[in-house]
Amino acid sequence: MSVIAVGTQYLLRGARPLGAEPVDMLIRDERIADITEPGAIGGSDDVIEIDATDLIALPGLVDLHTHLREPGREDAETVKTGCAAAALGGFTAVHAMANTDPVADTAGVVEQVFRLGQEAGYCDVHPVGAVTVGLAGKQLAELGAMADSAARVRIFSDDGKCVHDAQLMRRALEYVKAFDGVIAQHAQEPRLTEGAQMNEGAVSAVLGLQGWPAVAEEAIIARDVLLTEHVGSQLHVCHVSTAGSVDIIRRAKERNIAVTAEVTPHHLLLTDDLATGYDPVFKVNPPLRTKADVMALREGLADGTIDIVATDHAPHTAEDKDCEWDAAAFGMLGLPTALSVVVQTMMGSNEGPAGLDWAAVADRLSIAPARIGRLPDHGRPIAVGEPANFTLIDPGATWVVDPKNFPGPSRNSPYTGRTLPTKVVATFLRGVPTVLDGQLQW
Amino acid sequence: MAEPAPDVVGPIVLDADDLNRVLTRISHEIIESSKGADDVIILGIPTRGAILARRIAKRVGEAAGRTIPVGSLDVTMYRDDLSMRPTRALGHTDIPASGVDGRTVVLVDDVLFSGRTVRAALDAINDIGRPKAVRLAVIVDRGHRELPIRADHVGKNLPTHLGESVRMKLTEIDGVDEIVLVREGEVQA
Amino acid sequence: MIKHLLSATDLNREDAVLVLDTAAEMATLTNRSVKKLPALRGRTVVNLFFEDSTRTRISFEAAAKRLSADVINFSAKGSSVSKGETLKDTALTLQAMGADAVVIRHGSSGAPHRLASPGWIDGAVVNAGDGTHEHPTQALLDAYTIRRHLRNGHGDLSGLRVTIVGDVLHSRVARSNVHLLDTLGAKVTLVAPPTLFPVGVQDWPATVSYDLDSALPDADAVMMLRVQRERMNAAFFPSAREYSRRYGLDDRRMALVPDHGIVLHPGPMNRGMEIGDSVADHDRSVIVEQVANGVSVRMAVLYLLIGGARPDQPVAELT
Repeated sequence: MSVIAVGTQYLLRGARPLGAEPVDMLIRDERIADITEPGAIGGSDDVIEIDATDLIALPGLVDLHTHLREPGREDAETVKTGCAAAALGGFTAVHAMANTDPVADTAGVVEQVFRLGQEAGYCDVHPVGAVTVGLAGKQLAELGAMADSAARVRIFSDDGKCVHDAQLMRRALEYVKAFDGVIAQHAQEPRLTEGAQMNEGAVSAVLGLQGWPAVAEEAIIARDVLLTEHVGSQLHVCHVSTAGSVDIIRRAKERNIAVTAEVTPHHLLLTDDLATGYDPVFKVNPPLRTKADVMALREGLADGTIDIVATDHAPHTAEDKDCEWDAAAFGMLGLPTALSVVVQTMMGSNEGPAGLDWAAVADRLSIAPARIGRLPDHGRPIAVGEPANFTLIDPGATWVVDPKNFPGPSRNSPYTGRTLPTKVVATFLRGVPTVLDGQLQW
Repeated sequence: MAEPAPDVVGPIVLDADDLNRVLTRISHEIIESSKGADDVIILGIPTRGAILARRIAKRVGEAAGRTIPVGSLDVTMYRDDLSMRPTRALGHTDIPASGVDGRTVVLVDDVLFSGRTVRAALDAINDIGRPKAVRLAVIVDRGHRELPIRADHVGKNLPTHLGESVRMKLTEIDGVDEIVLVREGEVQA
Repeated sequence: MIKHLLSATDLNREDAVLVLDTAAEMATLTNRSVKKLPALRGRTVVNLFFEDSTRTRISFEAAAKRLSADVINFSAKGSSVSKGETLKDTALTLQAMGADAVVIRHGSSGAPHRLASPGWIDGAVVNAGDGTHEHPTQALLDAYTIRRHLRNGHGDLSGLRVTIVGDVLHSRVARSNVHLLDTLGAKVTLVAPPTLFPVGVQDWPATVSYDLDSALPDADAVMMLRVQRERMNAAFFPSAREYSRRYGLDDRRMALVPDHGIVLHPGPMNRGMEIGDSVADHDRSVIVEQVANGVSVRMAVLYLLIGGARPDQPVAELT
């Protein structure tokens, strides 16, 4: 384990920012100190050179939706192992959801998570505060205290559960206007999804698994965008999963309602027929849906109706996944594979909309999430003077997914055994490499 | 990859006329040894044994002047080699209503070879009832017994090599009556 | 032959007819003084019942014992499972015991599939009912019963019309029957209130109807499914009385069934709810016979699945 001296300089040779022409980049004092033509800067003893030939440089990825499981479920993941996974996936900032144990519904818990992130040092951790006390959906949590805390919370979510009470959702949307906060809704009407196991459709009918109908998501989103319009606030919709939801959000944006939306990588690729065989690695909330939904989500991400990709990284222990479907926990690992899946599904794929280019990928995975998360140092242009938060990726490489190689104890990746495109080669956080040559630096 | 050589179909050991004569002779032997076939019940082992049993029962019946109970006894589940091969489909078992208790059961099979099939049949009969006696009638006895089993009525004694097999065709299922000796093709190295 | 029987879809037409033909041979066993066949001697069959079901368990137990297998019964109550042992650990225990076949009934759809997945157990898995997914041996005994009465016990069910009535949404018997009857060439009509059909039923090889009266005159066989009164508390129907009035097979409706038509029920019956008393005891009700046929069919399934060589055994030369 190498000790990285403060003030170390890095010279990256031949990197291609957002896929543009190759340049050399000098990294010094937490910033991009210089960008020049290749070869213009000579080497020197106190500058570490990195050969970045043919590597694409993207602003460090920002995840608006991650589950770090600490405090409470350290057997599945810790802040440290989760952030390590994030860095390996090219992320420099993650938002940690509040459904921990204890729930992150006070300044004390969010500050604890924030500090754990700083200690680990792999990426910036921005805790998400719960909307309601204990996620119980009955009483507002102290949103103001969390906003004022050292963690400076701006995104609030009961994710895992839906803020289903219309009156309470209205109050939450109104209250956060005071500090430029955003309510991020996990849209799931509880009465329509009691005991639900997978998407309600042809596959669930044959498999005899309780269905989770698309309308249970769409009805809540429709209500929430209208509430948002009525009270003049901001809404973020977590993990959009259905074609109908994309439609509703598109029409809301046409009416200039301040709504943003995210889609997970797995909802861009995987469909509900994977449940055949009853392997709970494919059990997730919201569930995998149909091919038509996948296509609509890709279109929505391409045309900007869906603003960002967020992983909803959800680690689980073997006991919680190696069992019968009903008894299994919902969720999939997502941080290490996110970029690869986005590249596979959105860049020049044979099906679906015309592909995104690297600039658009940077927008959906870094620039827009940083903006929604109100993070001033992330999602910045790769330009002189900007904070050195970026990742270098090899667009032509492929790799086979084996969760045993991921940090942390959890193994629940739905891509196990699949070959995916694009490898993260290096990640820099404020000028310090967290990952070099695909390896964690400490 | 080594291809199995084709089987060499050898001489006809019994043609339709031969088979007829054999069946008639066996039927008379049965009447003689049971002193009139009063308590005889004929059970054939599927598939060909059952067909032959019906032919024999008809002849015995004609000679004795009454209907002789005839049926079939599938022995698949009594075989001693069940666990050595993939599961075998069952043949049809049909025991006449008169049953086997106190009767003379005449088992009929096409070929007698190692004797294991007959051993299985004896076990099967044992679970059905207690006959007065069990006799065995076969069309061909090809030798190579592995158990102390012998037939009471034999159509033809036919010495064979282990690499040969006796193939019987019967009109009811093959369109013709014919028994041939076949040398099984060897796999060439 | 297939290795596991997890779903009726595991059987193609040939396999299904083979099971029925084999069951017919097994059925002759009941006329013998010694009701035992040695086919599964030395094999171990484990009944792994996580849900209470005396009748199905006894049926499988009788089937295994008539084939001379050793039977081990494992029921959830009072076992390590009720103390929190996972399905996986239970499976590893069975593996260590050397179970040749595990007959499993579980409350979760897909539990048999987990058991049959690599690294769990080596033996054959027979699904005796998993959640609301399937109950393949029930469908087989239903088909066997229908074939005996309407096709003289031979062949398949081509051209026969079967009407299945009841809680299709929650019924594993319905799902298995729809698959198997279709495989055997029968035409299936499903009747229930709209709330008791799953979304996606329109893709099934069956006609969907909300009206029982119109589905009876064309039925060669009518299969009534058990409907739980408690479903009315989740608003699947307003009251037991209304359900029974609109979807129960009473005397008036029995008269609409053709003269040759038979009535089946997987049991246990809710007399007065989905089926009238006198209908249950009618001449053309084959409900009691279904139980006896269940043993023969389960003997056939066990024999065909594990009566031959173990997967790891070398195939020896035979004389």
